[in-house]
Amino acid sequence: MSAPITRIRKRSLASRAIGTDAVVWRMDGVLLVAVAALCTIGTLLVWSSTRTWAAVEPTGMLKKHLLILCVGAVLCGLVAMVDYRRLRAYAPVAYAAAFALLALVITPVGSTVNGSHSWIMLGGGFGLQPSELAKPALILLLAMLVSEPAEGTDRPRPLDVTLALLAAGLTMGLVMLQPDLGTTMVLTVITASVLIFAGIRKRWIALVLVIAVVAAGFVWFAGLLQPYQVARFTAFMNPASDPRGVGYNATQSLIAIGSGEVYGKGLFEGGQTTGRFVPEQHTDFIFTVAGEEFGFLGALTVVVLLGVVLVRGITIARQCDDRFGALVAAAIVCWFAFQTFINVGMTIGIMPITGLPLPFVSYGGTATLANMISVGMLQAIHSGRRT
Amino acid sequence: MNRMRARFVVLHLTVLALLIVLGVRLYQVQIVRGKEFVADATETRTRAVMVPALRGQILDSAGRPLVRNLTRLVVSVDRTQMERMPHAGQEVLEKLSAVLGTPVAKLRERLRSCGPGVSRPCWTGSPYQPIPVDDRVTQREALTILERQEEFPGVTAEIQALRDFPGGSDASQVLGYLQPVTQEELEKRQGLKTSFSGVDLVGRDGLEAVYDHQLRGTPGLRRVQVDRMGKAIGVEQQVPPVAGDTLITSIDAKVQSIVEKALADAMKKAPQADGAAGVVLDVRENRVVAMGSVPTYDPKVWTGGISEKEYQTLLSEKAGKPLVSRAIKGTFAPGSTFKVSSVSAMVADGYPINGIYDCPGSYMVGARPFNNFRGIGLGPMNLHTALVKSCDTIFYRAAYEMWQRDGGMQPKSNAKDPMAAMARAYGFGKLTGIDLVGESPGRIPDRFWKKELWAATRKTNCTRSKTGYPEVKDAARAAFLKQLAYENCLEGFQWRPGDAANFSIGQGDVLVTPLQLANAYAALVGDGKVRSPRIGWALIRPDGTSAKVIEPPVIGKLPIDKKTRDYIRNALSEVASDGTAAGAFGGFPMDKVRIGGKTGTAEVYGKQDTSWFASFAPTKNPRFVVVVMVSQGGMGGSAAAPAVRQIYEGIYGLTGQPPALPAGHPAERLPVIGPDGTVKR
Repeated sequence: MSAPITRIRKRSLASRAIGTDAVVWRMDGVLLVAVAALCTIGTLLVWSSTRTWAAVEPTGMLKKHLLILCVGAVLCGLVAMVDYRRLRAYAPVAYAAAFALLALVITPVGSTVNGSHSWIMLGGGFGLQPSELAKPALILLLAMLVSEPAEGTDRPRPLDVTLALLAAGLTMGLVMLQPDLGTTMVLTVITASVLIFAGIRKRWIALVLVIAVVAAGFVWFAGLLQPYQVARFTAFMNPASDPRGVGYNATQSLIAIGSGEVYGKGLFEGGQTTGRFVPEQHTDFIFTVAGEEFGFLGALTVVVLLGVVLVRGITIARQCDDRFGALVAAAIVCWFAFQTFINVGMTIGIMPITGLPLPFVSYGGTATLANMISVGMLQAIHSGRRT
Repeated sequence: MNRMRARFVVLHLTVLALLIVLGVRLYQVQIVRGKEFVADATETRTRAVMVPALRGQILDSAGRPLVRNLTRLVVSVDRTQMERMPHAGQEVLEKLSAVLGTPVAKLRERLRSCGPGVSRPCWTGSPYQPIPVDDRVTQREALTILERQEEFPGVTAEIQALRDFPGGSDASQVLGYLQPVTQEELEKRQGLKTSFSGVDLVGRDGLEAVYDHQLRGTPGLRRVQVDRMGKAIGVEQQVPPVAGDTLITSIDAKVQSIVEKALADAMKKAPQADGAAGVVLDVRENRVVAMGSVPTYDPKVWTGGISEKEYQTLLSEKAGKPLVSRAIKGTFAPGSTFKVSSVSAMVADGYPINGIYDCPGSYMVGARPFNNFRGIGLGPMNLHTALVKSCDTIFYRAAYEMWQRDGGMQPKSNAKDPMAAMARAYGFGKLTGIDLVGESPGRIPDRFWKKELWAATRKTNCTRSKTGYPEVKDAARAAFLKQLAYENCLEGFQWRPGDAANFSIGQGDVLVTPLQLANAYAALVGDGKVRSPRIGWALIRPDGTSAKVIEPPVIGKLPIDKKTRDYIRNALSEVASDGTAAGAFGGFPMDKVRIGGKTGTAEVYGKQDTSWFASFAPTKNPRFVVVVMVSQGGMGGSAAAPAVRQIYEGIYGLTGQPPALPAGHPAERLPVIGPDGTVKR
């Protein structure tokens, strides 16, 4: 059984954007509102955490963040207008481009920021992190590869699975070279989710899990991890072991969130935030600002909004009767879910410290763009479904 | 697609479960443990900074400052913070070194803690306080540090008050000094425990120590909001400090200066003198008008950290231990100045005050002859002349007779010991209770004391009585020592007639401090009441109101009537004109101010005599008691008396200089301090 193909009339971009049957009206409104709300909250939090910086003017980072969000929104809209089935055709191109950029990072063109050699500096204070773009690109390629089931079954062909693993392995290899453990983990989650939802056998899933555990053990005991990564894990198991060193982030993060109590201290009123006690507060630890300044209610709102995004994503995936679309949507949901849980979890002390941003909320150029493109893809899948 | 749908359901449930986990954990962190984290946050976000109160000044009786405050820009380094930095803050110290122009090694020296093997310069205070490394920085240097706090973490520059001494080394032992609070003291003082101020100094000696609490004031508290780097970004709470009280003393800076000069001159004139002390008391209230001790030192050495060399000098024997006030800590045999006590004892014991007593050149006390000064006999005389001419044999006889009446070598259980009892009534042998630290009680020896001494020294004495003193080269001396050891071993617990005789003329084992002697004379020529002398006169609050007027308490009464006191005073009134001090007071305008007094020349084995002159003026209605002691100064009339003369000349302005006290008496009213700190005289 082959996927049905719908013929689309050639129309101008403008009429597709705002016409009576334009994509915008067929979008998932709840998803749109939730993402917009998260971006708005994120903007306030980024502002609050960066306005006391000595190096830039108080609204400097805010302006950069808003600019990125605008670019992201445009990209999201453009992607949403594309028929998602056409995305399938673009998948190899997108993957090749992302792969090329990733490879470029390893060359002298790449730059190191905060100990991570994952950047290509563009000038004007903007940089590109190809590993972020690799996430949606890999989703597209993997979904394309395994969406065609074997003859007479609803399971992917072993050859396709092998190819998918090869593509994922190559990408992860390049990311590991940077090294970026967090992104590698996200790519692993993406690969696993695509394969699982494509319908591979449970024993394969079990096999993958066993391999993952063995690999993790190998990485741990063979000393492939950087000392700081080991220390982060130790500190997670026992934050009091080194409160001034690695445990500092975890301790300060908990203090900031905990001291917000029910209603929070109010925007710009968080003493821990103003005093910049939590490192990387505008990026990986943005959730602590929400916790301190908006309290339990605010922090819970952020979690609920992220939950809405995830649940809408799952709904979109379920409602899509096309395997490719469903796989893309499911992989995006898994990716966002993983990053949300790891990020929020580490700020409240139930996950080890990992350098992963909070989707839609954290400051971050390429990550925000990748997130918005992915939301665009979800919208495209939603509006492209047959009703 | 069914399999996929089933797996979507699993995904859906997983996502919901994870979200619930996050929500529950948020509830736990923010609501259940919220209060705990609020407390943690306050602790990390704020820093309590003690704002030291301005220490009160110490003024003289006319309101002139003896100790005042100078404001200086002080750069301090937080050592705890330095130690957390790479290479113990080497980079920061290098930058600081460039700004201050002090080598890094020197800065490091000042930052280390004093302790065994670590000599000054080092930090004696708490390691948790910022340590001042430079107290003479310019505004420019301070601004460089304050404006670039990111480059100088742990380094602060602030205005601090430093002690300044307008009188230089005058009265340095009386005023005392400040030193950083030690860790132990800090822990004892609840209020200081959280202090982060480098100016927490504690009075270590003299008035600074005795009135430390009042002078200190109440430190203020500033709860400062800080960022991660410890940089202050706001003030959360502020309690202003309350400045310390001003201490007005009865010291007159001008008289003090005269005393210091007189003592220094006396030292110069007596080549072997190794120290001197002078005390000027206001007779009426028993307040201290001046108190000096030489060798002295400039208390400025304490300000801003003392070097090891300077510190050792202050403690060294060679420099004459200038830290020690000989006026209250130096104990010496008083010699003939002590006879006022012996005469009083005689009269109190029934010797007729107008009786005639023989003053032979020598008097047999038991089996041993006790000689007059130079063995000269002066013939029969009354007690008046005995004091003026300083006859010894009359007192030997009286002491011997008293000793015999007490039972001699088999003392009665109710022995009266009139001489010792009178000496104690004059305040000898115990602390005067002056408002200074480290006073010595001196010593009034008696039977009990002898017994204790014997018990303590018996073993050595008995061994020596057998072995002798082979290490002593002089054969006669060795034999004498052996005999002495033998006697002491055998009957050292006995109060022997010789002890009693020596006691009566202030020799032997009698030891007094110059202040005790002055205090005794003040009681004698005053109203007969013994008072505890005071230097502090009043404590004035920062707003100019009086916190406390300090009255010298009466601690005893002389057991002799006014007639006896007047008799003795009259006798002493002739000493300076016709007696043993006549030489020193030759040409002194006695018609303007008549000086009374008593010389003392106390023998010290192996050393020059201790020279004393205890005096009062005017003789009719005494307002001052002046006592000068010159250790190893020789005769009382030749070293101490001229110094006393110099002091009176200064006080009354008898040598052409304007008088130090134009009124002819010490200040009787407190200077008025305005709320702005100005002094109205």
